[in-house]
Amino acid sequence: MSRLNDSNVLLAHEIIERYPRKKSALIPLLHLSQEQNGWVTPEAMRHLAELLDITPAEVIGTATFYEMFKFEPVGKYVINVCQTMSCALLGSDGLMHHAEQKLGIKAGSTTEDGMFTLEPAECQAACTEAPTLQVNYRHRYRVTNDSFDQLVDDLRAGNLDGEIPPHGTLGRNRQHIPAEKFVGAPDPDDVSDGPVWIPVSVGDDS
Amino acid sequence: MSSDESNATEPVDATHDDAGHAEQGEEVAEQDVADDVEAAEEPAAEPDPNIVPVTLNGREIEAHKGELVIAAAERHDAYIPHFCYHPRMKSVGMCRQCLVEVDTGRGMQLQPSCMITVSPEMKIETESPTAKRAQEGMIELLLANHPLDCPVCDKGGECPLQDQAYSHGPGESRYVEEKRHFEKPIPISDLVLLDRERCILCDRCTRFADEVAGDKLIHFTQRGNQTQVMTFPDEPFASYFSGNTVQICPVGALTAEPYRFKARPWDLTAEESTCTTCSVGCRVVVQSSRDEILRYQGVDSDPVNHGWLCDRGRFDFEAVNSDLRLTDPLVKTEAGLTPTSWNAALNGAARLITDALAAGGPDSIGLLGGARGTNEDAFAWAQLADALGITYRDAQLGDGLPASILGLNRATIDEAASASTIVLLGPDIKEELPVLYLRLRDAAVEGNSTIVEISSVDTGLTRYAKHSLRHQPGLQADTVQRNSELLTGDDVVVVVGRGNLAESPDETMAALAAVLDANPNAKVLPALRRGNVVGALSVGMAPADDDHDGLATLRAAADGKLELLILLGADPLNDCPDTGLARRALAGARRVISIDTHRSESTQLADVVLAAAAYGEKSGTTTNIEGRVTVLADKVTTTGTARPDWMMAAELALMLDVDGDLVNVSSVDDVTAAIAAEVPAFADVTPAALVAERNGVLAGVVAGTLSDAVSAAGQRNSYDHRLVVGRKLYDRAIGTAMSHSIAKLAPGAAIHLHPLDIDALGASVGDDLQLIGAQATAILPVAANHAVPRGIAWAPFNQDGSVIETLIDATASVTDVKIEVI
Ligand code: SF4
Ligand code: SF4
Ligand code: FES
Ligand code: FES
Repeated sequence: MSRLNDSNVLLAHEIIERYPRKKSALIPLLHLSQEQNGWVTPEAMRHLAELLDITPAEVIGTATFYEMFKFEPVGKYVINVCQTMSCALLGSDGLMHHAEQKLGIKAGSTTEDGMFTLEPAECQAACTEAPTLQVNYRHRYRVTNDSFDQLVDDLRAGNLDGEIPPHGTLGRNRQHIPAEKFVGAPDPDDVSDGPVWIPVSVGDDS
Repeated sequence: MSSDESNATEPVDATHDDAGHAEQGEEVAEQDVADDVEAAEEPAAEPDPNIVPVTLNGREIEAHKGELVIAAAERHDAYIPHFCYHPRMKSVGMCRQCLVEVDTGRGMQLQPSCMITVSPEMKIETESPTAKRAQEGMIELLLANHPLDCPVCDKGGECPLQDQAYSHGPGESRYVEEKRHFEKPIPISDLVLLDRERCILCDRCTRFADEVAGDKLIHFTQRGNQTQVMTFPDEPFASYFSGNTVQICPVGALTAEPYRFKARPWDLTAEESTCTTCSVGCRVVVQSSRDEILRYQGVDSDPVNHGWLCDRGRFDFEAVNSDLRLTDPLVKTEAGLTPTSWNAALNGAARLITDALAAGGPDSIGLLGGARGTNEDAFAWAQLADALGITYRDAQLGDGLPASILGLNRATIDEAASASTIVLLGPDIKEELPVLYLRLRDAAVEGNSTIVEISSVDTGLTRYAKHSLRHQPGLQADTVQRNSELLTGDDVVVVVGRGNLAESPDETMAALAAVLDANPNAKVLPALRRGNVVGALSVGMAPADDDHDGLATLRAAADGKLELLILLGADPLNDCPDTGLARRALAGARRVISIDTHRSESTQLADVVLAAAAYGEKSGTTTNIEGRVTVLADKVTTTGTARPDWMMAAELALMLDVDGDLVNVSSVDDVTAAIAAEVPAFADVTPAALVAERNGVLAGVVAGTLSDAVSAAGQRNSYDHRLVVGRKLYDRAIGTAMSHSIAKLAPGAAIHLHPLDIDALGASVGDDLQLIGAQATAILPVAANHAVPRGIAWAPFNQDGSVIETLIDATASVTDVKIEVI
């Protein structure tokens, strides 16, 4: 089932209510759908359109701008190997080549068991630690062929489950906004009310 | 220069631009502004606050307050190249082609002229070296990724990109890099194809879909290097207005299936005309090549269509070229209908008329139709009927409303689209009068109008209505009375039509009376759908009373009281909601003369068939819902020996030697002049006035009173469903059915129920259901439809496989059906 599941629909309604205009909730809901399925499915986009009272074309028009929303199935772990200058100078080409060998796939594709997707990436803002890669957007620094192999083996063995959740997971703590703090739907033209500031309760496990 | 503008032939009304930009800080009074320009120059006059003096290329000019620089410049003969700017849509500054130098006191700066409004003392240079360099640079950039496949591109020859690359481009490109590649044209709907390589991302099509049509089915996707216009997968651009995007696309990226590769623009000749598919009366240009109509393009008529057309009106020219056109008159012989000469056919028709007169007198002849043709056609036949004393006549076949609504205080489309409250009583305007829907939607979305909708089911305007009052068929008058507080105010326009063909028009008329009771000052815009129905009714085809209207005529025929039934472009079997009655009428009339353009079920039953010239083949005038009379073009020669209807009436008048002017007319202009002379409401609609007024002449209204109508419907049995039969844009009407591109878009027959009602019946979607009415039983597949309230069964009228009409009894006030699963 790639539409939002029942508990996510509830959550979606809660998120929608935080915004004065329904369609402002689109990006958070895209994240939610990617969290549920690991990628943003066409059915999920249709479902979001229904929930937000917009057309599926509007959903896909917005969603496809963002590199980090995936529209085809990806592995449980998306590995982005930086290919930009500093990393290139320190051998990211060779690293990518090695990664392809190790995983048995070409960059841009996914292993058959659905575990890994390998992608080239632009600078990851960690040039001093080149060459770098990210696994589900978690950095790994000064990667060597050996440490890459170790990483893949650890991921397969589940050794890093505590550190790196499956692709699409936003975070382990969800900020919960009590109903009375919702912005609700005031008239967008009515600016007399200041914004409602919401304390972030980190670790408040809902 | 760009095609959409060049088609809008010369006298471009400057207020067009203003109207499209009212939201950009414009005063509402922009119409007046244009008229005041002259006045402002008179001595000692106060400086007009709505005039902004600016310097354009060294000249002092007077711009309007709030006017965009690009519009002011163009109005003063300084053309600024542009792609994304369109006077009827919001500016987005997408293409940057309109860069000019502007000085507002801080020195000359390059600015996109479609994004800034004029300010006092502004200096504008549209052709300075810097402006030119910027414009050339933009063209060079736009062409960097453009395939330049002009020789095989449909737009070549009328392409703003091609034209402006010549007029404002550098001539050569410095780019040698590989261009973007996409799959060459991909269909984005049944009618429109998209070539993404040619697209310059101007946002016109997508803005149109969003702002004007409200069908956001195309969107920019993959923004970035791969930005492209695209639909959602499997969700085509199925907008009723998709053809407009093809017209306004400034390159050949969008092409329309019915026209692609049919002609090159330089082979086309064009003439302005009016669409008569429905009674909105949108202005069009009819374009043909080698004497064949190949395309209609919308023309910007400020009071009517703002340049837009619906797809049905735009693409139903295919019917004119159809193989099923009647090319010659036919008479019934032993061997069936056989082609004959006009002489023989008209003699035959004249004999049928004299025989009928001899056998039963003028009351034994019925004349139905006229709404398909011109004012002249309807007038000539009405005159013939007058001369012969025929009283059974009507331009409607029980599918509209009594002609008395034309005697009410009539609103124009502009008045409706600017009213503070628009009351919709009856039909789904989006399905019946599509471009009126665009105008009213715009009034609700961009303007300040409040829509109050009174209907049995959800319509295309429901999502824009402030109040949607749902009622069971037959209870609308009651609903109006209970909500009369919503209808008050000084500036209220009621748009009234026939929302339900399975219900007596009296129900709508009673509700209208209730609205006018609640607000006697409300103006009325009759939403009658048939092309020229208002014209036909106004020039003599209106029945004298209810006992001689279309239904009464059919009843008389069915009862064997008619010696002769004349069908003037009328096809009762498809047009009359009560098909049982239509069938009995055609069987019961002793003789039938049919004047028609195409073979239809009804022509097959005729004794004499007179082949009529179709739209585009004859000149004359047409009248739209507001009473606006415009001129039609005869762009191509008629098919075969077909003739205009009025000519047949004139010849029959001669043969029958009747009294009156009809025997003296020799041209269509004579008939137009005769209408002006004899029809009081059309006194101002002279041939001279029609030539002078580009937007047509508004006919007057002969004030009348509403015929008394009382709602006779009772409550529904709780185990029954009450039937609503409404029109869809695409149905089996001749113009659509004979146009293959759009015929396939008709949804087909089905019975639509609320999903919960389907559950309650124990049925599932797609099952065949049996509908048991008082006089017949029909079987139809069921569709789930949230637009249909519980307890109501909705079905589209006149579709392929349609049987719903057999359940309709024109004498009943409403139609209740028992629904069973089989
Ligand atoms: S398809 Fe045409 S109208 Fe649409 S964005 Fe591209 S160039 Fe503009
Ligand atoms: S709205 Fe009516 S008049 Fe206008 S294009 Fe469509 S069918 Fe023709
Ligand atoms: S270049 Fe690789 S992190 Fe910056
Ligand atoms: S016309 Fe001004 S930016 Fe396109």
